[in-house]
Amino acid sequence: MTRRPGFLVYGLLFAFALGSMFPLYWSFLVGSHQADVMTKSLPPLLPGGYFFENASRVFGAVAFWKALVNSLIVSTVVASSVVFFSTLAGFAFAKLRFRGRDPLMVFVVATLAVPTQLGVIPLFIVMAKLGWTGTLWAVIVPGLVTAFGVFFMRQYLLDALPEELIEAARVDGCSMIRTFWHVAVPAARPAAAILGLFTFMATWTDFFWPLIVLPASNPTVQIALQQLQSGYYVDYSLVLAGAVLSTIPLLVLFVLAGRHLVSGIMAGAVKG
Amino acid sequence: MASPTSLSRESQGGPALAGLPGAPLPPRSPRRVAFSQTVSHWDFKVSPYLYISPFFLLFTVFGLFPLLYTAYVSVHEWGLLGGQGEFIGLDNFRRVLEDRFFWNSLRNTFSIFLLSSGPQILIALGLAALLDSQLRGKTFWRMSILVPYVVAPVAVALIFGNLFGDRFGLINQGLEAIGLDAIRWHVDTLPSHLAIATMVNWRWTGYNALIFLAAMQAIPRDMYEAAAIDGANKIRQFLSITVPMLRPTIIFVVITSTIGGLQIFAEPRLFDSAGLGGSDRQFQTITMYLWELGWRVRDLGMAAAVAWILFLVIVLIALLNLLLTRRIATAGGRR
Repeated sequence: MTRRPGFLVYGLLFAFALGSMFPLYWSFLVGSHQADVMTKSLPPLLPGGYFFENASRVFGAVAFWKALVNSLIVSTVVASSVVFFSTLAGFAFAKLRFRGRDPLMVFVVATLAVPTQLGVIPLFIVMAKLGWTGTLWAVIVPGLVTAFGVFFMRQYLLDALPEELIEAARVDGCSMIRTFWHVAVPAARPAAAILGLFTFMATWTDFFWPLIVLPASNPTVQIALQQLQSGYYVDYSLVLAGAVLSTIPLLVLFVLAGRHLVSGIMAGAVKG
Repeated sequence: MASPTSLSRESQGGPALAGLPGAPLPPRSPRRVAFSQTVSHWDFKVSPYLYISPFFLLFTVFGLFPLLYTAYVSVHEWGLLGGQGEFIGLDNFRRVLEDRFFWNSLRNTFSIFLLSSGPQILIALGLAALLDSQLRGKTFWRMSILVPYVVAPVAVALIFGNLFGDRFGLINQGLEAIGLDAIRWHVDTLPSHLAIATMVNWRWTGYNALIFLAAMQAIPRDMYEAAAIDGANKIRQFLSITVPMLRPTIIFVVITSTIGGLQIFAEPRLFDSAGLGGSDRQFQTITMYLWELGWRVRDLGMAAAVAWILFLVIVLIALLNLLLTRRIATAGGRR
C-alpha cells in the first residue's frame, strides 16, 4: 500500500467523482432550458440560456423567498442551539462528577437508537394543542438539542479538555459556568464547528416533519420545492431549476467548509 | 427531527461507552464552610444537573412522551380533525394487519432497503480502498465523492425522477440508444424499487466510503507488509486483512442504514408527482403508508398503530444487529 497509485486508480476515482456531480449538473442543464427540452430526441449537452427565467418562475410559482428565509432561520437557530446545549451537557458528562452521571449517559446513548420520528402523531397533537402548527416553532423547538450532539461533544471533550485546566480554573475561584465559558468552550470549538455544520445541513434537508406541520403558505425550502412537482403535468425545467436553487446554499457551505465535513465524517463519530 | 436517512448515529465500532470514566469521588475532609464556600459548594453540586437538563427536558417532551403517547393514541378512535374518540382496544392494529396495503408497504420498504444497502456497502468498500493510497490531491477526491451528501433527499428524488422518466428520461433514452427496451421505472414494481435504491446509493455511498476509509487507515501497515512477504497480492490482502478488520465498522454502517432505511420517505414520495407511491402503491413505503393514513385518510389512531408496529420492527432488527456486533466485537478483538 505504499506504492503510488496508477492510472487505473485515478481513472476509477475520476469516474466516481463524475458520477457524484453528474445528477446535479443534469439538474442545471434541464433547469437552464425551456420546458420542451425533455421531449427533444437528443438530450441537452450544454446549458441553455433560460436558467434565470426558470428561476424567476420558481419564485413566482411558490413562496420560495419565504421558504429560503424560513429555512435559514430554522437551520441557524437549531444548529446554534444544538451546539450550545450539547457542549454544555457534553462538558458536564465528560468532566464533572455528579451522582447518576454514568447511567444518565447510558440513557443518552440508548436514545440514539430510538427512531423518535415515529412519535410524529402525538407530536402533531401536542403542536396543535400548543397552537404551533403552521409556525416555525413547530420545526424549531423539537430539534433544539439532540442525543447525538450531547454524545458527540462528550466524546470530544473527554480527550480535548485536560483535567488540570479545569482544576486550575476552580482553584482560581472560577464559578462552574465561568469555567465552562472560558475553559471548555474554547477547547470544544473544532468539534462544535463540525456539529454545527452537520446539524445545519440535516435541518435544511429535513422533509417529513416539516411536511406534516407546515402549510404551503409558510414553507421551508424542501416543502416549497416539492410543491413545484404537483399536478399531473410536471414542468421539469421549473422543478429542476428549483432543485438547483435549493441546493446552492448548501453547495456554498460545502465549498467553504467541505474539508471539515470530510474530517468530521472520518473522525468516525459522525453519522449525520 | 432528522430526515429518514440521517438520524443521529453513534461512533463506529465497539461499545460506545468504553471510555466512560467511572472514577469514584475523592473523599472530602470535613471543614468549616464560609458563605461563599457554601455558594461554591452548591454551584459544584447543582451545576452539572443544570447543564444536562435541557437535553432531558426536551427529550422527555418531544421524544419520549410522543413515543409512549403513540401507544395511547393507537388504542383509541382518533380522527385528525375530530380528535380523541372511544377506546377500541387493539382494533386499530387489527385493521392495519388486515390491510393489504400495510403488507405491501412493508414489502416495498424491505425491498428498497435491501437493494440500497447491499450494493452501497460493497461499492463504498471498493471506493474506500481506492482512496486508501498515496493519492495526489487527497482532499479533492474525498470532497468530490461527498458532493451528493449536500443534495437534499427532496432534490435527489426530483432529479432522479427525471433521469428515470418513463418516456423522456435520460436513462431510457440511453437504453434505447444501445438497442434495449425502455424500462417502465414508474410503473413496474422492481424497476421502481431499483430507481429509488439508486437515489439512496447515490447520496450515501461516498459518505460511507469515508467512514470505511477512516477505519482502513487505522489498520496497522505492518500487517500488509507481512502479508506481502508471504506472497499475498493486493486483492488477497484486501479480502483477508482489510475486510475482516473492518467488520465492526461494516456492521455499524449496516445498523445506521437500517434505522434510516426503514423510515425512507422523501425519495419514494417524490418519485412521481402524485406522492402516494404509484398507481397501485408499487413503491409506497411504510412511512408513506403512515402518512397516508394519518393525513389523507385522517385516521390518527390507525396511523399510530402503524408507527408502533414499525417501531417494534426497527427495535427488533436493531437488537439483532447489536447481538451480532457484540459477538463479532468480542470474537475479533475490539478496535
